[in-house]
Amino acid sequence: MQDPQSTMQVSVWRGDVDGGAFERFEVPRFQSQTILDVVTWIQRHRDASLTYRFACRVGMCGSCAMMVNGVPRWTCRTHVDKALGSGDSLEIAPLRNLPVIKDLATDMTTFFDKWTRAEAHHHPTADRSDPMPAINPADEKRVAASAGIECINCAVCYAACDVVENNPDYLGPAALNRAWTLINDQRDGGRVARLRAVSSDGGCHNCHSQQSCVQHCPNELNPTLSIAGLKRTSALAALKGEL
Amino acid sequence: MLGVHLYLAQRVTALIMAPLVIGHLAVMIYAVQGGLSAAEILGRTQGSWWWGLFYGLFVLAVSIHASIGLRVVVHETLGLRGQVLNLFTLAVAAGLLWLGGRAIYAVVIA
Repeated sequence: MQDPQSTMQVSVWRGDVDGGAFERFEVPRFQSQTILDVVTWIQRHRDASLTYRFACRVGMCGSCAMMVNGVPRWTCRTHVDKALGSGDSLEIAPLRNLPVIKDLATDMTTFFDKWTRAEAHHHPTADRSDPMPAINPADEKRVAASAGIECINCAVCYAACDVVENNPDYLGPAALNRAWTLINDQRDGGRVARLRAVSSDGGCHNCHSQQSCVQHCPNELNPTLSIAGLKRTSALAALKGEL
Repeated sequence: MLGVHLYLAQRVTALIMAPLVIGHLAVMIYAVQGGLSAAEILGRTQGSWWWGLFYGLFVLAVSIHASIGLRVVVHETLGLRGQVLNLFTLAVAAGLLWLGGRAIYAVVIA
């Protein structure tokens, strides 16, 4: 139920790649209101030029992530109550560690280019004429792959990572997590190419295991564990002379 | 700025240093508690291949380990990269080797 008496102060970052500043809005409170609801209300009722990105609104597409009171969050599934905590004001900004296009929309090109650099895509070992391989869900490697497979590419971990901030070449938690799931996929044939890719100068060995990615991943994945697996596997491969 | 080979070098040298640090601390405590003078310590170390090997390995491991660690710190804080970063890493390693080598020469050989 809407309480027409209740409002909150919301500061929204406005600007583009050349810079910008926060603009304040007074926004009514609603029950079960999400951060995405807040941004949408501002666009519909206060400033139609406010730019932001969203699609599914149910935590599937990974396109609506923003910085909320300094914390990277998926805004469609983050309730205002949770983000406010004991405070009474919100600060909404574009995702950290990515260049801004306009207002709350960031340029994700670097983020997705790094997935390609990490060979975080499937290398097929069969075609449609081959029989479907039987996958045992209890297999140790399949369990490791399944643990990281639910990534929605929202870049929350990328925004949370201090290594990404200080080392622009670092591939980042999402790309490395995806690479680890593929290393453990028995249908994939890109093991050596992928291990070489994640062992490069910006690869998995630059991770400091601070675990901000684990702290903030909205799907409660553990990219740090995946990166530790990549470090271990690539180190053994290097000792065997495979890299 | 840390590929798999530098990563391995830093981990292996850490493994080497772990027992050497414990040994070094044990010797220091023993020497202090026993009230050994500098002359008495030098009397035990000079000409000793064992102590030369112990601290020689220590200095080598420290030089590799610390230079890689500082390489990461300098890259992330000052933004050094490429050949400048490689030269910095080599310079730190060479400097530590020189300082440590001088100490070993003085304590074991001279």
